[in-house]
Amino acid sequence: MNTVVCMKQVPDTETLIKVNPEGTGIATEGIKWVMGPYDEFAVEEALQQKEKFKAGTVSIVSLGPDRAIEAIRTGLAMGADSAVHINDSAFYDKADPYATAAVLAAAVKNLEYDIVFLGKQAIDDDSGQVPAILAEMLGIPVITQVLKLEVEADKSKATVTREVEGGHAIIDVTLPAVLSAQKGLNEPRYASLPGIMKAKKKPVDVKTAADLGVDVGAMTVIKEMTLPPARQAGKIIEGETPEEKAANLAKALHEEAKLI
Amino acid sequence: MAGILIYAEVQKGELKKGAFEITSKAKEFGQEVSACIIGSGAEALAPELAKYGADKIYVVDGPEYENYVTEAFVQAFVQVAQQVQPAIILTSSTAQGKDFTPAIAARLQVGCFSDCVDLSLNGDKIVVKRPMYAGKAYVLAEATATPQIASIRPNSFPINENAGAGAVEKVAVSIDAAKIKTVVKSVEIAESDEPDQTEAEIIVSGGRGMKGPDGFPMIEALAKALGPGSTTGASRAAVDAGWRDHAYQVGQTGKTVSPNLYIACGISGAIQHLAGMGTSKVIVAINKDAEAPIFSKADYGVVDDLFKVVPALTEEVKKIRS
Ligand SMILES: Cc1cc2nc3c(=O)[nH]c(=O)nc-3n(C[C@H](O)[C@H](O)[C@H](O)COP(=O)(O)OP(=O)(O)OC[C@H]3O[C@@H](n4cnc5c(N)ncnc54)[C@H](O)[C@@H]3O)c2cc1C
Ligand SMILES: Nc1ncnc2c1ncn2[C@@H]1O[C@H](COP(=O)(O)O)[C@@H](O)[C@H]1O
Repeated sequence: MNTVVCMKQVPDTETLIKVNPEGTGIATEGIKWVMGPYDEFAVEEALQQKEKFKAGTVSIVSLGPDRAIEAIRTGLAMGADSAVHINDSAFYDKADPYATAAVLAAAVKNLEYDIVFLGKQAIDDDSGQVPAILAEMLGIPVITQVLKLEVEADKSKATVTREVEGGHAIIDVTLPAVLSAQKGLNEPRYASLPGIMKAKKKPVDVKTAADLGVDVGAMTVIKEMTLPPARQAGKIIEGETPEEKAANLAKALHEEAKLI
Repeated sequence: MAGILIYAEVQKGELKKGAFEITSKAKEFGQEVSACIIGSGAEALAPELAKYGADKIYVVDGPEYENYVTEAFVQAFVQVAQQVQPAIILTSSTAQGKDFTPAIAARLQVGCFSDCVDLSLNGDKIVVKRPMYAGKAYVLAEATATPQIASIRPNSFPINENAGAGAVEKVAVSIDAAKIKTVVKSVEIAESDEPDQTEAEIIVSGGRGMKGPDGFPMIEALAKALGPGSTTGASRAAVDAGWRDHAYQVGQTGKTVSPNLYIACGISGAIQHLAGMGTSKVIVAINKDAEAPIFSKADYGVVDDLFKVVPALTEEVKKIRS
């Protein structure tokens, strides 16, 4: 079973976001960068499939600047075999999901795969678009928000459970396919110390968009970034007993906020 | 290319509320508003959409559209879009919309915007407002290609009755079955009349302070007392402990919600949780720890034991609403 995992390095979820002086993106000083939380599920699933089949390779593909190598090394330390780092700041800085998918598709095409795994969403742009666009560019089916995966022994088909509103759907898909991981698919492993040591020697192929023959502009442009107005602490509801507080809260929601 | 084409989603034989919201919004721009409904029995739903402003309604109807199959729906919609040649396409960022919208954009070889919370027109360009970093920042963005596609977060726009011409056209699309590489074997949807978290007007959420799964019926009772637009949510701590299904999780790795009223019970207010619900119109926190960070974001705070406050609140709400 050969798989490719597209993985993006993103700011840690604890990060307090600040806007850059141009007002078009975030100020990146002091940010701790990590592998996307949904991409961790994608890497884990690829590793589990390889272990189940006792054969094959897991290749990571990531578009990102120099710093992205740290997240790539994390993936290799978890157990992936090799990586392609599309290290091209000029391309990356302007890339939207469409351009990202185009450059990832060009890299993925050079690799062997039965399944391409992605996270359901990168938690920086929160777009959730790259899996579908990538699948279109590769000409293979896509199933998003995957919660469970069962691959047939001959790798021609898989049975996938995906999240739908209010429940889930069970879908058969012909491989190769693109699958995007939802939380619940698995529990990502931590990199072991020997894993971290081994990762240093694993091959990372560094490419630019031009190396991959990609010259796609972004289809969308960010004009302005702002922070939401800070929420102010409101009022604490007074009362002698919990029951009295509940009554006062209900009154405030009814008479003041007019919500009930 | 001109006008606005809406994808009106059908679930369980009915149009989703989001379809009315985007139709109402589209109507404000003074352009021709068309809509596309795909589903088994879709034709019967068309008049409802006309009420909110659809001038022309394209219907793709047939038993084969009973279940949502990405590739089949994409092919059908793209054929309608090619016929209509709209300048703008709007969809709802529901669970289905999140799967569908990037797929149609990819097929049309243009970009799209996910989960927009506002939309305006600058000449012939749409300007969308959308959250990034789970709502820690917002951007205004524009598209460089046509059609311009945006999916809109449910509850972002009010529904206004403003009738459009409502002409209905049944479209016979030709589906290339060889391209459909998936078969939906079954769809299991829990029997519930609660709205999805992303569409709910009121959410009552429980966290680690609920102490266990047995605390949640109390939260459900409060949501029920608050009326039909209400549902429940949970913090990641409650989900990771196995007390609630992941579908209920609110926050950076759960759902991003913005109801009119969010009641956080036994939730401390971690940054990842706040990211998912910080745009709620009114936030109530019920927590016994007066220092809990959730109080710095809450419009109304109750510092006390939730096991006493929540049942009492439920009774008060029932009194007011009866
Ligand atoms: C990558 C990543 C992603 C994450 N994504 C999410 C996410 O999407 N959503 C999310 O919620 N979290 C997320 N988290 C976790 C987050 O950091 C917090 O751990 C989590 O939100 C805490 O949940 P909690 O508030 O229920 O629990 P706690 O922080 O333990 O708070 C429990 C609260 O209950 C109160 N309490 C206890 N007993 C009572 C009582 N009887 N009456 C009243 N109050 C009581 C306590 O005072 C306390 O404030 C994420 C973390 C990481 C690292
Ligand atoms: N720069 C990137 N490099 C590698 N994979 C990416 C990149 N951007 C997005 N992805 C993948 O696409 C998924 C969805 O991203 P997005 O559509 O941006 O929310 C992510 O979880 C990643 O798996």
